[in-house]
Amino acid sequence: MEKILQVENLHVTFSTYGGTVKAVRGVDFHLNEGETLAIVGESGCGKSVTSNAIMRLIPNPPGKITNGSILFKGQDLAKFSEKKMRSIRGVDISMIFQDPMTALNPTLTIGTQLMEGLREHQNVSGDRAKEKAIEMMDLVGISNPPERLKQYPHQFSGGMRQRIVIAIALICEPDLLIADEPTTALDVTIQAQILELFEKIQVKTGISIILITHDLGVVAKIADRIAVMYAGKIIETGTKREIFYKPQHPYTKGLLNSVPRLDLKEARLTPIDGTPPDLFSPPKGCPFTARCPFAMEVCDKVYPENTELTGSHQVNCWLQDERAKQLIKVT
Amino acid sequence: MLKYIFKRFGIMLVTLWIIITLTFILMINVPGSPFNSDQSSNETIQANLEAHYNLDEPYHIQYLLYLKSIVTFDFGPSIKQPNQSVNDLLGRGFPISFELGMMTIIVAVISGIILGIIASLKHNGFIDYLAMGLAVLGISIPNFILATLLIQQIAVNLEILPTATWSSPAHMILPVTALATGPMAIIARLTRSTMLEVLTQDYIKMAKAKGLSPWKIVFKHALRNALMPVVTIMGTLLAGILTGTFVIEQIFAIPGMGKYFVESINQRDYPVIMGTTVFYSAFLILMLFLVDIAYGILDPRIKFHKKGGE
Repeated sequence: MEKILQVENLHVTFSTYGGTVKAVRGVDFHLNEGETLAIVGESGCGKSVTSNAIMRLIPNPPGKITNGSILFKGQDLAKFSEKKMRSIRGVDISMIFQDPMTALNPTLTIGTQLMEGLREHQNVSGDRAKEKAIEMMDLVGISNPPERLKQYPHQFSGGMRQRIVIAIALICEPDLLIADEPTTALDVTIQAQILELFEKIQVKTGISIILITHDLGVVAKIADRIAVMYAGKIIETGTKREIFYKPQHPYTKGLLNSVPRLDLKEARLTPIDGTPPDLFSPPKGCPFTARCPFAMEVCDKVYPENTELTGSHQVNCWLQDERAKQLIKVT
Repeated sequence: MLKYIFKRFGIMLVTLWIIITLTFILMINVPGSPFNSDQSSNETIQANLEAHYNLDEPYHIQYLLYLKSIVTFDFGPSIKQPNQSVNDLLGRGFPISFELGMMTIIVAVISGIILGIIASLKHNGFIDYLAMGLAVLGISIPNFILATLLIQQIAVNLEILPTATWSSPAHMILPVTALATGPMAIIARLTRSTMLEVLTQDYIKMAKAKGLSPWKIVFKHALRNALMPVVTIMGTLLAGILTGTFVIEQIFAIPGMGKYFVESINQRDYPVIMGTTVFYSAFLILMLFLVDIAYGILDPRIKFHKKGGE
């Protein structure tokens, strides 16, 4: 499988009055063509910053990509000029935002907002653009497109708006779609419909998707591979099966334990105690140490190396070290 | 839409009627009469004059006569200058005042919005501070001070522009500048703050994610949303500019309506007071109505009619 995106050693910082926030601290991951990668983690762990960094949509100042490369089809987006980046956005990489209620401009018609990207990048005639817009509306499941194109966002429901946002993102036929919590603001029935729409689109267009979410239910439904993020680092990656059935990192295990399950009698959820570290001065070692039930002395001092368990399953945890395994056996 | 306009028209007429009635009540309660200052006139002449202008009638008859004059738009001759009708005065003064007011509004709105956009895009930079510093000055300096300053520095000391009157485009620069600076500053500050708010909205990020040029993002996506509050305060600004024209016309010796308005009150020239008041209020009410219409055009969420439930 061809790698469409390879992010290496990505660092993003934000300068504030209180100091520098190291939001993303050396993230490595890749995305294969036609695959769905889910990036999961709790609020503030750097998921959205990572996705915005790929689109180069981090407001500068205060944000800045300080290190690392974002190889998209072999080209390093981190080194692109703003003008060159504009020809990538919406055309090769598109993005979907969390809240469909605010993602559409209230003063422009749906048609204008749909066709705008097409008109900007592909120099098509008005009629052709309209044809394409109607085609996209059909694809995302909005009935009576010619009439609906003339309407304004406030005339649509939340779920409909998210469909339109998806249509806008897909109209230039991009190769990569970044969906930043696309279902978080929707109610559960609509969530299911939107996820089905994603699957349908992927089958139809073969698009690669990066899905940013904290909802493991969503992940279980549509992801192929999962990357777990914590405090600005990816701590574990693997296929959906590997992460759900053989989680290795204590944080991943904690995350899975905090999801309600229907098959267990135990009614209480097991939360992860404590809070994530302060990213103004992130710890030198593993950032999860303070909350980890298996924390050892070394965890706090040195960040663990990447351990490759299988070709697809990797984890950064001292428990994978041979010496730790012996220790566990002894105790 | 049409139904809304008719309804608004009705409300506007009622507003106008209230203004007319209040003006009439105030007018008859102000001591003195148009003929008081004439030392030479004796009582018989005064009585005759009053009878001529129907001023000897009981108040309710006078009131009805005034209403009639307004409905027919014939205010009769001025008492102080009997050879001129009020309509003549308005016809002569209004175009000039209108020109001054309109130019002021156009200058204030365009320069205010541009200044606000630049300040918001260079947020917290040198240009932002400079623009906002100017805006604070513009708001704090009253237009009559600015007018005198401009005359003294630019017209008298530097001799670049004429000091007064209203005869060529060059004559218009100073009065329009003096009158426009205040509203411009208010619009600039408001545009800046609403632009800053709008620029952080998701739909702006979405527009960026579409790969649109910064130009399009600002003018197509941000500005229209940012202008909503600006349109809202336009009504107040219009009233301010309107009253501002009285002062500016006095300072620059511009032969507009303002002169007649002020003079007529001092001289108790009842028909002129009535004529100018009605005219000014009708104009302002009409402008406010246009502002409301503009609001609906800018924001599709504002509906003028209720069609079914929603």
